[in-house]
Parts: sequence; structure tokens; C-alpha cells
Amino acid sequence: MTREEVYAKLNKVFQDQFDDESIQVSDKTTSADIEDWDSLEHIDLIVNIEKTFGMKFTMAETTGMKNVGEMVDIILQRTAR
Amino acid sequence: MQELEYPFDAEQILQKKKSLRRRLLADTSVKRIPKKIAVLGGSTTNDILKILELFLLNYGIEPTFYQSEYAQYWQDVMFDNEELVSFKPDLIFIHTTSRNIHDFPTVRDSEEAVRGKLDAVYQPFEQMWDKIAAVYHCPVIQNNFEQPFCRLMGNRDVFDVHGRLSFVNALNEKFYAYARSHGNFFINDINYLASCYGLERWSDPFYWHMYKYQPAVPAIPELAYNIANIIKSIYGKNRKALVLDLDNTLWGGVVGDDGPENIEIGQETSTAQLYSEFQGYLKAHKDLGVLLAVDSKNDEANALAGLNRPDSVLKPEDFLVIRANWEPKDRNLVEIAREINIGTDALVFVDDNPAERHIVRSQVPEAAVPEIGTPEQYIIRLDRSGFFEVTNFSEDDLKRNDMYRANVERARQQAGFADYHEYLLSLDMKAQIRPFAPMYMSRIAQLTNKSNQFNLTTLRCTQAQIEEYAASPDYITLYGKLEDRFGDNGVVSVVFGHIDPDQPEAFHIDLWLMSCRVLKRGMEYAMMDTLAAECRKRGITRIFGYYYPTAKNKMVKDFYGQQGYRKESEDGQGNTVWSLDLSDGYTNRNSVICVNS
Repeated sequence: MTREEVYAKLNKVFQDQFDDESIQVSDKTTSADIEDWDSLEHIDLIVNIEKTFGMKFTMAETTGMKNVGEMVDIILQRTAR
Repeated sequence: MQELEYPFDAEQILQKKKSLRRRLLADTSVKRIPKKIAVLGGSTTNDILKILELFLLNYGIEPTFYQSEYAQYWQDVMFDNEELVSFKPDLIFIHTTSRNIHDFPTVRDSEEAVRGKLDAVYQPFEQMWDKIAAVYHCPVIQNNFEQPFCRLMGNRDVFDVHGRLSFVNALNEKFYAYARSHGNFFINDINYLASCYGLERWSDPFYWHMYKYQPAVPAIPELAYNIANIIKSIYGKNRKALVLDLDNTLWGGVVGDDGPENIEIGQETSTAQLYSEFQGYLKAHKDLGVLLAVDSKNDEANALAGLNRPDSVLKPEDFLVIRANWEPKDRNLVEIAREINIGTDALVFVDDNPAERHIVRSQVPEAAVPEIGTPEQYIIRLDRSGFFEVTNFSEDDLKRNDMYRANVERARQQAGFADYHEYLLSLDMKAQIRPFAPMYMSRIAQLTNKSNQFNLTTLRCTQAQIEEYAASPDYITLYGKLEDRFGDNGVVSVVFGHIDPDQPEAFHIDLWLMSCRVLKRGMEYAMMDTLAAECRKRGITRIFGYYYPTAKNKMVKDFYGQQGYRKESEDGQGNTVWSLDLSDGYTNRNSVICVNS
């Protein structure tokens, strides 16, 4: 999967999660950029991303991610064969 | 909404919860009952509320929530959290789990020390429940404890008193004992749910340590669905009847093509055994008061031949109505509801054929049409759907099928009389009409939550409220029990009202309902006679009656008019107020039922 393909899928997850079709995320996006993205929504977001990409984040990764870019890095690592 | 019916896609619900909520709320054709629900959690409950809201909206209940601060379930109750007190919950759900047990036994503890620890964990719960009963008088739903996700001693953990499994099982037993001896208290069996779901996934430590969620977030829809089923049952929104297809639903094969001797039922083949188990499961519903009917595309003779096989568990007499013909199934379904005299929204339609399910779903959307899967899944699909979740079980439930059957016989008898009055007299009706009595409280509460059609104000009451009214000197309460030559109908009518606090000679009827199974029997007149007599005993000279229209109670729009009341007022919504003057006496209207003899 390319970084672009990951983003295409990821945008759909974000749009569903926040019920807002205008959302487009990028490497620099953080929770501060999306109004409803609080710590509780974050949990569901992680669950949805894990389901979409068929992978799981470790606890260390979940707590360590700084922005969407780092999240995409992990997804790419994990889904690469 | 299909997305919220069992078997649902839990991940999809979590992902799309916002748009699902938007769609549910956009459907304004359903009138939902508002309920205030307090969720007192021992762990994070945010998503539980969000998903529970979806299931409740889908069941016609519009919740407003109070949520305790993280793990403040006990403190909120015991120290009278002001916000909770002023919220005045209609229902309290206590979400605690094995994660909330802080002092498990160790192998160093003596047996006595283990017992001490058991009490130390249990007592605060009982304290809290008693306090809720005293302060809030509302139903309580309490989780039991799921099995711990690890076993220090391996298999020994379950029987050695020092084991965590043993400890949790002993605690659960104490919870159940409380549930058995207290009404209005219901166990949410997460222990069972967790085992169905898979304990390791249910208790995934990731979600606890990351977010203090127990169970794991992906399991929340299962949990919320289970809670919603209990709540909808408490508020009288259970289904009432199973309407069943025959070929490949109750037996393997097509009786019209294969012949009754060749369909698969009985113990001869594995498929036959599978269908026999399913028939046995369905038949057991009769004792819970669930009504059974057949809706099948068949010649009636063939349908009966199938059911009359000696090894068929279900027999023709187990069904109130058998509709085996070539009419569309949705039309038969509506006819069945009419004949049994229940709403189509009380039906569960069970059919192996997806095309038939589709027709019924589109033509009778208020009926439940479960995706029952393949024959080996039938029982689990029906069972987990929770259509008939039993929160209160009364003697009447045991007898319900007989009572409905007696109705069918009465209808037949009626055909032989030219004069209706003569027919009523021939029924030898005897009624007991008395103030609410302890042995009927649960049935009375159940009726206030179930009756929709012959119900003037549709006031829903909990058993606690019913008991309160019964004990109050300012209230007159009456239940009516009706027996006739075909059998005992049980408690069929409930009436209560209160004396005007400012005018002791005026009385207001808060609730008047009657079960439709005794429609047109004159029972309402016998009830009114008794109410008038009770009022006159107290020096009351004027009775006020109220009619509040709903989608279902049109049949009693002019009820008070027929009882000789005068209409006082009517507002824009069709709410009417009526009154009856007792100052010149009262003439009894009932002449067919023998009351309190």
C-alpha cells in the first residue's frame, strides 16, 4: 500500500467517525485540528482504523503518536509484507 | 433499523454511530417515550451511553442520560450527589465489572478471611441498592461480574475458595439472591455475554489500561444491546407473539411436495433432530406467555398433516391461529394480529425464505423479521435477539395461551346467540374488583406498561409507584379480575386516581386501562360501578376523567361519554376532560357480571 492509498482509506474513516465528509487529514494533522476529536473519540477512532487496516496498535504506539503522519508511518510498517 | 437488529455489525455501529443517531432522530413518524436514565459506572462509560442511546431510540425510547464521574457509582448514590438527585432518574444502570473488585483473596488468607473479603466487596453494593430503592424508587439494572481474564491457580481457581474465579462466582450468587428477593432489580448478565463474545477479547487489558474501558470498546455494542433489551422489557416493549413459517422453518423439506411422511422432524436424522430441538425451543415460549401462530404457504390439510406427525414437538393445538393458504404472507400476518387481537408491532415473523422476509419487512415494517440464518443458527439468532426478555414473570404469563384460546372458543359460542346480552349472561362471569393487593402488584405494573389500546391516559408505572399509590389514603386504586365458564382471565383492568388536594369532594382518574382480551364483556361498567361506590363512600361528588390520545388508543376516545360523563373541555391535541356528577346518586350499569361474591 502506498502512503496515498493509506490516506484515501484514512480520510474515509475520519469522515465516518466525525460524520463530516469535508474532513481531509495530512501528515501534520493533530487532534487540535478536528473539533470533536477528544480523548474519548480518539478511542473509537483507533478501533476503526485498526479494523479498516486489519492491524493493531500497541499501547506504546497509541500513547506515542504525535500526529496523523506518525500514525500513517505505523500503518505502513505494519501492513507491509 | 436493520443496522441495529441482531445479528448486528458491531464495528459498523461504532464507526457510524453519529450518522445512525442522526437518521434515527430524523424519523419523526415514531412516537418515542422519554426516559431519564442514570448510568453509574465503575469504568469509562462514554461509548456505552452513545451506543445504548441508538438501541433505545430504535426501540421507541428516547433517553436522557446522567453519567457519573469516572468510577463514582457508589459515592454518587451514598452521598446524594445533587446532580443525580435533581436528575430524578426513571432508571439506574450500574456498570461495574471485575475490575472494580480491589481486594481479591490470596492463598495466604484463611477461609474466614475470604468470607470477610466477600462481605467487604458485597456489602457496599447492597447498601447502595437499598438506598436507591428508598430514595429513587426506580428500577435498577446491575451488572454481575464477568470471570477474571486470568487464573493464577489454573483450573483450581474455580473451586478453591482462594481463587478469583471462585470469589467472583460467590459474589454473583449474592447478587442473584438479592435479585430474587427484590422486585424492580434486574441483573445485566455480562458474565454470560462475555463468554458468548469471548472473554479474552471482552476483557482485553489494552482498553482498560489505555482508557479505563471494561469491556473492550469493540464489545460495547453487545453490552449496550443487552441493556437496551432489559430496558425495553421493563417499559413494556417486548414482542408478544411468534408467527412461524412451516416448510424448512419448523421442519426440513416441503410437506406439500415430499408428503408428511418424508419431512425431516423427529429423531431419525441429524437434520430431523435439529428441527426437533428448534420446535422444542419455540414450544417452551408458550409457558412464558408468548403466543404462537402459523403463517405458511401451504394447503391447510398438508400443514396440519405435518404438525400432526406423532414426532412433531409442536402440535396444531399449540397455535392460536394457523393460516396455511396461498395468500401473501404479509396479508396473513396482519390477519393473524387482528384475530388474536394484538398489534402487528408485537409480532416476530420467522421464515427461512429471504424473499418472504423481505415482503413482510417492507409491508409490515413494525413487525420484527429476524435474519435467522441457517437451521443450526435459528435458536441462537432468536435467543440473542431478546424479543421476549423476561423482566417480570407473573402467573398470568403461564396461562396466557389458555386465556387467548378460551377467547377463540367464546367467539365460537357467541355465534350461537341471537342476543348479545343473553350471550354475556351465559358466560357466568364473576369479577373480583378490589384495591390493589400485594399478590397482584407485579401484574398491575406489567399491565400499565403493556396496555396501549384500551388505555385512557397511557400512564406507565413501576411496581414501586403502584405500591405507593396502594398505600396512600389520597388514592383510590382498583384492580379487576374476571373469571368465566371458559377460564380465569386473571387481572384484566386497572384503575386508580387521587382525591383533589384542594377539593376533597372531587376525584381525578389518573389511569384507566383494560386488557383487550376482555373487550365487550361489560367489565368496564362493573369497574365504574365499583369506583363510583368507593367515591361515594368517601363523600366524593364529582369524578373527573381524562383521555389523552395516542397512536393506539382511539377505541376509547368516547369511553367516558359512554359511561355517562359530560365532556368538559378539549384542547388542540384532542386531549379531553370529562366529569360525572355523583351528588344525585349513581345507577349501576353492570348487569351481566357478578362482582365480589
